[in-house]
Amino acid sequence: MQSLIEKGVAMGKTLAEKIWAEHIVRQADGEPDLLYIDLHLIHEVTSPQAFDGLRLAGRTVRRPDLTIATEDHNVPTLDILKPIADPVSKLQVDTLRANCKEFGIRLHSLGDIEQGIVHVVGPQLGITQPGMTIVCGDSHTATHGAFGAIAFGIGTSEVEHVLATQTLPSTRPKTMAINVEGSLKPGVTSKDIILAIIAKIGTGGGQGYIIEYRGSAIRALSMESRMTVCNMSIEAGARAGLIAPDETTIAYIKGKPHAPENWDEAVAYWKSLYTDSDAKFDIEIDLNADELEPFVTWGTNPGQGLPLNAKVPNPADFADPAARTSAERALEYMGLTAGTPLKEIAIDTVFLGSCTNGRIEDLRSAAEIIKGKKIASTLRMLVVPGSARVRLEAEAEGLDKVFIDAGAQWRNAGCSMCLGMNPDQLASGERSASTSNRNFEGRQGKGGRTHLVSPVVAAATALRGKLSSPADL
Amino acid sequence: MEKFIKHTGTGVPLRRSNVDTDQIIPAVYLKRVTRSGFEDGLFAAWRNDPDFVLNKGEYKTGTVLVAGADFGTGSSREHAVWALQNYGFKAVISSRFADIFRGNSLKGGLLTVIVPQADVEAMWAAIEAEPATAITVDLETRTVTYNSVSLAFTIDDYTRWRLMEGLDDIGLTLKQTDFIDAFEEKRRSYKPTTLPIR
Repeated sequence: MQSLIEKGVAMGKTLAEKIWAEHIVRQADGEPDLLYIDLHLIHEVTSPQAFDGLRLAGRTVRRPDLTIATEDHNVPTLDILKPIADPVSKLQVDTLRANCKEFGIRLHSLGDIEQGIVHVVGPQLGITQPGMTIVCGDSHTATHGAFGAIAFGIGTSEVEHVLATQTLPSTRPKTMAINVEGSLKPGVTSKDIILAIIAKIGTGGGQGYIIEYRGSAIRALSMESRMTVCNMSIEAGARAGLIAPDETTIAYIKGKPHAPENWDEAVAYWKSLYTDSDAKFDIEIDLNADELEPFVTWGTNPGQGLPLNAKVPNPADFADPAARTSAERALEYMGLTAGTPLKEIAIDTVFLGSCTNGRIEDLRSAAEIIKGKKIASTLRMLVVPGSARVRLEAEAEGLDKVFIDAGAQWRNAGCSMCLGMNPDQLASGERSASTSNRNFEGRQGKGGRTHLVSPVVAAATALRGKLSSPADL
Repeated sequence: MEKFIKHTGTGVPLRRSNVDTDQIIPAVYLKRVTRSGFEDGLFAAWRNDPDFVLNKGEYKTGTVLVAGADFGTGSSREHAVWALQNYGFKAVISSRFADIFRGNSLKGGLLTVIVPQADVEAMWAAIEAEPATAITVDLETRTVTYNSVSLAFTIDDYTRWRLMEGLDDIGLTLKQTDFIDAFEEKRRSYKPTTLPIR
């Protein structure tokens, strides 16, 4: 049969292909595409060696006006206006400050209203917009894909490359569609959508792909919830994840400080950013939103998750030998016994925050459950807003009082216990219910045990002391 | 960057899959502002275990890490590559690598080689039977050889050429500055800028 292309009929393009094509600076046979980068986000941990490289080679930053920095990964969330107590962390933050000054890069430091987790700051400034290419030396850069942008994490060598040239040689990933149709039950959130996806396709399932999240359940999500989904694309191994812009996207950007002055022209372009009806994805995966339950991880990688009503799995039930070994190791590390109902697992620390779930909507949904109640006396709860602005917004709504009155700790903005680079860590053997993105061994502190959950599950767990959904209260 | 053409060394069998970059180097070790000295953080948590493979005398001088599937998942930290290199590894062999880790390794001159899982398992068995087994990773011929076994691997021509020449990616791109200038002329005017601050 003659293909459409042979007949001279052009095939449609996927959203990712459209954005990619628009950013090709140079294309040559046998070489990666040279891709233009619209926005480069910087933080203290993955940039010092890149700036050093520039200095050594006598190079400069090509487009400081397309670059923005913030302090987030290793900053304290208490006493933020005092000098940082850990001298090594202090040196790293001081190095960022000196580098930004030397190269003329905008920086939001501790104490600044726009300081916060880099992936919360971009969207709240309105600097994250549809159709862009966005990179950062952080794997959760995929968050910005929620606006219909190609956004991905890079290493420090690539950070240096983007600083010097505003481009990146890149091989075009394949495209994957994940169609989520139906509607979520009450108490089920976008966090549960993405945890269910990762459990379904595995931590390597998205490798080599850009995922486009589609379907009625995705369309119905707020921007905050879409960011949660795209944020964890990397946990499925994907290069990036995105969602086509729509009225929800446009309404979110409108009025933000960096919303385009040339608004109508920008919106007209954004409205052209969708996957054509005759476009072909390399692979398509379907998920039924009606059937989803609150999800929780039981193991040490984000693919090891189950509905909260399930029991800790038995490694012997895994057919694949590698998965079996991995499950055995995970249960040993997590201190869990096969067959234990997940809801019987007692928790020591609840962490509400991170670039996955540290936005205002996340704080609101957790506060709604906690309001007027007390957290279990057996645990501590840290509430860490994603940015200083989110913190202020929450305080204006009285959410800080809700958390403090319930017995939780109200902190300043940063990555905090998501990766435990600052003093916010789990002790060895301590168990958390965490709204963050990674349950790797030792991620939240050496020997710490992490269960990934949504903000509402985190809140319900804080009240009951064991892994719980709001329906259990 | 140092050229990579061919390397011969002994292997270290890491019988684990899904080795994420938090295991390769935990976050608390990422606070240095230099590119060296990260070897003390390599597999830091696991190295407390006397039975961990890197703590065994017979593997102390190994330079080729042979790991389970999905090596390097998680965080984009290039420190994971530096930690492996600072420790002395020249190549990592696995059936599957996470994208960002693979990109970082090939930028930095740590050769990541993909071979089928069955071949990884055969290598584990061979190394464990004789830790002094010489393993040669040859980028020129795109093969891994040990004992009488020869395994072909694929790597794209461009990356292979860049590694064999030890070329600096930035230097190569800066030769294309005319293309970048021309692209910037045509960029959409309403794309956001971070400066001036609004």
